[in-house]
Amino acid sequence: MTDNFYGEVLTDHNLHPLHKHELPTATCCHEGVNSTCGDDIVLNLEIKDGIIVNGSYTGSGCAISQASADIMLELVIGRTPDEAQHYKELFFKMIGGDITEEELEELEEAGALQNVAKMPARVKCAMLGWRTLETLLSGEGGG
Amino acid sequence: MANTFTKADFPVFDAYKELTYLDNSATQQKPRAVLERVEKYYREENANPLRGLYELSVKATDAYENAREAVRKFINARSIKEIVFTRNASESLNLVAYSYGRANISAGDEVLVAISEHHSDLLPWQILCKEKGAELKFLECDESGSYTADALKAALTPKTKLFCIAQISNVFGRLNPIKEFAAICHKNGTLIVCDGAQSVPHIATDVQSLGVDFLTFSGHKMLAPMGIGVLYGREAILDRMPPFLYGGEMIDTVTRCGATFAELPHKFEAGTVNAGGAAGLHAAIDYINELGFAELERREDELTSLAFNEMKKIPHVNIIGADDPRDHHGILTFTVDGVHPHDIAAIFDAENIAIRAGHHCAQPLHQFLRVPSTARMSLAFYNDEEDIRRFISVLKTLRRKMGYDR
Repeated sequence: MTDNFYGEVLTDHNLHPLHKHELPTATCCHEGVNSTCGDDIVLNLEIKDGIIVNGSYTGSGCAISQASADIMLELVIGRTPDEAQHYKELFFKMIGGDITEEELEELEEAGALQNVAKMPARVKCAMLGWRTLETLLSGEGGG
Repeated sequence: MANTFTKADFPVFDAYKELTYLDNSATQQKPRAVLERVEKYYREENANPLRGLYELSVKATDAYENAREAVRKFINARSIKEIVFTRNASESLNLVAYSYGRANISAGDEVLVAISEHHSDLLPWQILCKEKGAELKFLECDESGSYTADALKAALTPKTKLFCIAQISNVFGRLNPIKEFAAICHKNGTLIVCDGAQSVPHIATDVQSLGVDFLTFSGHKMLAPMGIGVLYGREAILDRMPPFLYGGEMIDTVTRCGATFAELPHKFEAGTVNAGGAAGLHAAIDYINELGFAELERREDELTSLAFNEMKKIPHVNIIGADDPRDHHGILTFTVDGVHPHDIAAIFDAENIAIRAGHHCAQPLHQFLRVPSTARMSLAFYNDEEDIRRFISVLKTLRRKMGYDR
């Protein structure tokens, strides 16, 4: 892995998350757990008229799992569930190590997690938020 | 090549020159003497041991049985009948639970387990108790990982059949007073199962002096290859236990309707055994004996003290367990305020320093200590001061790397 893996984007989202709070207006929520690491998040979404108008997460875990969930919410809030699924697919492609420059740009800050692909032990941490989102959206039938 | 008892003896450090290996409680690296012994076995002595009537098979049998005698001497057992080869400590503990446990534990009985036990010294008993309708009880320690004789006496009841405790905990590194505990257990008619996985590689072991009924350990945590482990059991107890696994080389005679089983210890060693691994374990024991436990312990104590005292000086670093480095035996489990242990391990990894993070297969202990997970550095005699200095210098920068005080 690279020396500067924990760059500012990651540590900022971990220490000063934008979306780590309860969400009383949530229309759906789902808990995601990495039992081997102890990462544990609850993802809350408020979906109105086919748009994810608000989202949050609560829980605990390593910096990668927490920052990744925070960055994910930053990307998907204001989007449709289909658009969110598209981002999820891009994120999975990035972690799988086959993403184009243009696609990487689309992912904005989530691109900071690109190097996780080189750390097999941490892939699960980076994916936790996205996997939870995937389950939540498929369960909601797209809102 | 003569042994130097430094990293120069360990080829992995030629392959990874930058590596600082501080995960010795998980598994130790292997010295050339062990690797060469295993290779020699497969090059010159390999046949199916204990069966063949030809020269090569006799050589294989000798390699295997000489290793058993080396283990006997190493832990001062009375007889080679008391030394059963297994895959590792986990299998040894399962053997006791399946064989002794299923034959001797009944509904209403109690099994007492120390709260700091590794899952492999907990789950076999948990499953056994569920199956038999017996009660699983826990002996709790204080925050420093210390168990008292009074607490043990209070926890034992006339129904307690077994007490299971590690000699050294893989989280605290603390040495438990096994000899005293064994005497207390025996007075109560309770057998004591001692997991020596973290102690046998680091301190001289004398099962007769300890007075334990069972002692388990793994070869791979003491320089030997993976896949060879030991169960020591008192002969009188092993003798009455039914076999654990059934198959080849553990029988006396087999007919269509039954079988009589081989003598100790072969009764517990079904199937083709790991003679190459046993030969490697033998070489590991020779290596440790040549260094001597006095020197081995002196080095490990010195390095532990150095690391402990330097860690104590770093703000936001909290060591789990005793406040005296002599109570840590090379195991320093710690947390860093505000930094998740997996991030700690990743930052060390970026500097080629291998440490462990997680619950160290001791989840009930972490629940008891109210920490979800921890980081652990664990050293061995072949580590040096430079390893500790590198570890400390990274530990000092950790919070800053995670965005604190930037």
